[in-house]
Amino acid sequence: MSAALTVLYFAAGLMFTAAALLAVFRIVRGPSILDRVIASDVLLTTLLLVIGAEMVITGHTRTIPLMVVLAATAVFGTIAVARYVSKQDKPAGDESAGSEPSLGIEEGSAK
Amino acid sequence: MTFDDFLDLAAAICLLLGAFLSLAAGIGLLRFPDALSRLHAATKPQVLGLLFIVAAIALSSRSVPALLALLPVLLFQVLTAPISAHMVGRAGYRTGNFRRELLLVDELETAVDEASREADEAGEPVEDRGVGPAPTP
Repeated sequence: MSAALTVLYFAAGLMFTAAALLAVFRIVRGPSILDRVIASDVLLTTLLLVIGAEMVITGHTRTIPLMVVLAATAVFGTIAVARYVSKQDKPAGDESAGSEPSLGIEEGSAK
Repeated sequence: MTFDDFLDLAAAICLLLGAFLSLAAGIGLLRFPDALSRLHAATKPQVLGLLFIVAAIALSSRSVPALLALLPVLLFQVLTAPISAHMVGRAGYRTGNFRRELLLVDELETAVDEASREADEAGEPVEDRGVGPAPTP
């Protein structure tokens, strides 16, 4: 019984690891600031789920307050970035793109 | 197999489902073509995945206070996930972070055109439109 549980926990941990790595990859790769903020949101959600999973695996409930605070405040970062994202962050075809390099040219223009 | 064993197994399966949704979001982030479809993938673990994890914690701790402490987590996430998705989707549409050829219907375009025309008639400068805050009257 306990061996089966260990296998299930291990599989869940692998999936969480892969999800976090894929989110980090999307944060690094971009191409636009919105892709990065969506990926960082996914990374934060993965962290939230991992904190919960750790409680299940080790059998305590001490980090529930951490989950409450994370769930309540995760939205602020996303809103702040999405609110002030500028026209310069177009993915492609915009020569006047500023500090944010448009790496998404190969993914096709928006229009 | 005792009842406690059964509850532990159910908790582990809930954990696995939550992890699977998280992995699905990661794969969606990697594979989907534009910001708006990545947004679709990103919202899967935010609600259903968290629901599975909260169920797993409740099943493994088996205490009412823990469940009561977990309900605000779900409540906050369900309340705030649509807000952030809405803000990102709005900014994504207005900055052109999507591929128009992938859209079947664009109902927002006519509304945006109409708003632009009204702003033209009101004589507002061009940079006041689009992503930023609505111009104050």
